[in-house]
Amino acid sequence: MNTPTQNNGSPHRLVMEAKGLVKRYGQVTALDGADFELRAGEIMAVIGDNGAGKSSLIKALSGATIPDEGSVLLDGKVIHFKSPIDARREGIETVYQDLAVAPAMTIAENLFLGREIIKPGFISRLLRIIDKKTMLEESITRMNDLKVGIRSMTQAVETLSGGQRQCVAVARAAAFAEHVVILDEPTAALGVKEGNMVLELIRRIRDKGLPVILISHNMPHVFEIADRIHIARLGKRACIVDPKTISMSDTVAVMTGAKRPDELPLEALA
Amino acid sequence: MTQTSFSRIALAVAALTLAGASSAADQPVIGLITKTDTNPFFVKMKEGAQAAAAAKGAKLLSAAGKTDGDNAGQVTAIENMIAGGAKTILITPSDSKAIVPAIKKAQAKGVMFIALDSPADPMEATDALFATDNYKAGVLIGQYAKAAMAGKPAKIATLDLFPGHPVGAQRHNGFMSGFGLAAADAKSNELSKAPEIVCLADSFGDQAKGQTAMENCLQKNPDINVVYTINEPAAAGAFQALKAAGKEKGVIIVSVDGGCAGVKNVKAGVIAATSQQYPLKMASMGVDAGIEYAKGGKKVKGYTDTGVTLISDKPMKGVDSKDTKFGTDACWGNK
Amino acid sequence: MSNNAPSKINIASLGPVIALVLACGFFATQSDRFLSVQNFSLILQQVMVVGTIAIGQTLIILTAGIDLSCGMVMALGGIVMTKLAVGSGMNAYLAIACGLLVCMAFGLLNGLLVTRIKLPPFIVTLGTMNIAFAVTQLYSGAQTVTDLPPEMTFFGNTVSLGSAAVNYGTVFMLAMYAFMWWGLRDTQPGRHVYAVGNNPEATRLTGIATDKVLLGVYVTAGLFYGIASLLSVARTGVGDPNAGQTENLDAITAVVLGGTSLFGGRGIILGTLLGALIVGVFRNGLTLMGVPSVYQVLITGVLVILAVTTDQLSRKGAR
Repeated sequence: MNTPTQNNGSPHRLVMEAKGLVKRYGQVTALDGADFELRAGEIMAVIGDNGAGKSSLIKALSGATIPDEGSVLLDGKVIHFKSPIDARREGIETVYQDLAVAPAMTIAENLFLGREIIKPGFISRLLRIIDKKTMLEESITRMNDLKVGIRSMTQAVETLSGGQRQCVAVARAAAFAEHVVILDEPTAALGVKEGNMVLELIRRIRDKGLPVILISHNMPHVFEIADRIHIARLGKRACIVDPKTISMSDTVAVMTGAKRPDELPLEALA
Repeated sequence: MTQTSFSRIALAVAALTLAGASSAADQPVIGLITKTDTNPFFVKMKEGAQAAAAAKGAKLLSAAGKTDGDNAGQVTAIENMIAGGAKTILITPSDSKAIVPAIKKAQAKGVMFIALDSPADPMEATDALFATDNYKAGVLIGQYAKAAMAGKPAKIATLDLFPGHPVGAQRHNGFMSGFGLAAADAKSNELSKAPEIVCLADSFGDQAKGQTAMENCLQKNPDINVVYTINEPAAAGAFQALKAAGKEKGVIIVSVDGGCAGVKNVKAGVIAATSQQYPLKMASMGVDAGIEYAKGGKKVKGYTDTGVTLISDKPMKGVDSKDTKFGTDACWGNK
Repeated sequence: MSNNAPSKINIASLGPVIALVLACGFFATQSDRFLSVQNFSLILQQVMVVGTIAIGQTLIILTAGIDLSCGMVMALGGIVMTKLAVGSGMNAYLAIACGLLVCMAFGLLNGLLVTRIKLPPFIVTLGTMNIAFAVTQLYSGAQTVTDLPPEMTFFGNTVSLGSAAVNYGTVFMLAMYAFMWWGLRDTQPGRHVYAVGNNPEATRLTGIATDKVLLGVYVTAGLFYGIASLLSVARTGVGDPNAGQTENLDAITAVVLGGTSLFGGRGIILGTLLGALIVGVFRNGLTLMGVPSVYQVLITGVLVILAVTTDQLSRKGAR
């Protein structure tokens, strides 16, 4: 049941859009004609019960899976991702649930993993000698920019707390993303203080102008940080709601199917 | 069962199957089980057995353990060969004690066992033994070395096989006895010591390890002037080490084996004297005995000395030796 | 919010140094011939071949793999180059190149089976170990190759450094260690080797072609086995088809004693050199003391357990 999104009259540029995504895994239909939209400069949270299709949706947006039908648009242009690397090349960075960091390597190395800065010069490029000094400086700059308070960039990532590790992974995405940052359960398994640290970081990313897609089960966090909330249900988008005007219980009700979107008060929709 | 002994079985079964493809109904079947397939001594022994079997109309099944000391591989080979119809098995036991139960089991089925080159422990566990008198081989080179020293005080290094091996002990103790030092007799598996022996090291019969052992011995005592080696690869390694230290001229190296490569080294002055043994003779004698048993049911018994000759181009008084021309004619290996 | 954990990791990587120093100290008290420049250069020479093989093994273990075929491939390389030079009269340098290429070909085979067919390295190299061994025996006819051209034994020639004579091969080995240490630390391909070993999935997701990295590691290891075969030929002066059989496990021992983790992603290549030296020191020291060689084997086994335990405990401490 798809509801057209309400336009409040203010021109919101759509950075990313998906129309009619279908994805089947054998007998199971994970996405059943799902839509999606992301406006410039917003944090869009994607919530839904298990099996609602949120991870399949995110995988289609991040290039981890190829949808059977439907289209994905970036800045109005149709794109076909064949792999997460393609998505990255288009400026979409994703932070997966397991963080994808190499625990024994330093923070600086992890920030630049796969994109190490090579020293200039013929020999250096031939042997691919890493410019460690510049990489370290860059790391410090970027982390300070995002106000992540880790003192030493040469620490091994495994020595960090869970929240700090999450910040490193998120900061890496923010550092290299040009268009969109996608975060999959960034505050899961974190305590209150660490969770807030990560939320702060996400806010700062949005404030720097990068839109963020956020999957989360954590309702309080979602309500605290999201500009809009995409509710996924039965492989489709049920509706987009405004956390400022909808109650948490109504949101959960739509998620579980207890309430239909057309039963919501109008101002709840976004 | 390890991957390697599994592949050993597979190879043995394949070999047996192939061998069985063309056989007359009452062709005598003889098995040959060597310690390894890689020691040239055993390779030549096998070739000798194959030639003898082909010439005399017998069928030869052959197998080997994976490494020196691989008893399980030899036990498996015995079982496979009995299944393949072998009535006589020639074996160079890797572990002289451990192989005995398997031999007894096979003998109960009427199989005749002849040990080649090294005895089982006890020696009587096999019907017969065709071997070099390894103790005598040691005595000969010990006598030679003593004569070559001409009364000079000796500082001896022994590059042995590894601890506890009967052949290694016999050659080592025989050498000592020939040299005039008090040593254990031929029945012992222990390496005797003496004050003149300033370094005992294990070479595992391997050239590279022999080189390392000699280097370390020289480090311990730079004045070593006599080197006993368990076999010619170890001797070659010892020579490398001595050459690197600039000492090769003043040191006498003696060895055992008489392989063609070793005789070449005697000719080249690397080895002063070597006791030559005759694996091909062991093999052909074994094949003959096997055919006898298959045809007439007569088992061969006891120990037969297959002979050992001292080979040297610098003969010493009081010690019988033959020159390298004789050695080359009689040697085993690629000439 | 800095963390105290790094100091625990440092103690683990100091382990090989401490073990080596303690061993040397002990043997110095047992024999007055132990502590000399000449004896140490001798030990270096004796670990030259295993040390070189162990460079390749280190690379593979850093990716959480293992190579059981290293010694056998080395033996094959030695037989190929010596037989071609002596038996077929090929130009010595060309023969050496062929030997190196054969070893790299086996490395490529191992790498392809691991990356394309996705077989575990243990199983793959168990198979190629037997194949290499058999090919070596068949090609050599189980005979040692002698009368080598001088170009092939060049690395066995010695050069004097003060009171010690050290051979070119040892110097070359040390140079290779220095180069690989630098390369693994400071170049992108080197860091990617660590990344693949530490978290292959993460590495793949960041866009690094993990399969290419692994393939490169196996082929490079093959090259080192080839170099080791040349050094072995130069040291012994012969092509020996039975070479390398104990070097197989000795190389892995050296890597483990040197503190590289079998789980991948952690380790310093210089540690491997120390690991090889520890084994060499024990062998040399025990011979000087007149202790039977079987004790060397016993001690090596104990050290391996200690090394792996230390690795496990230090990683638990660092979380």
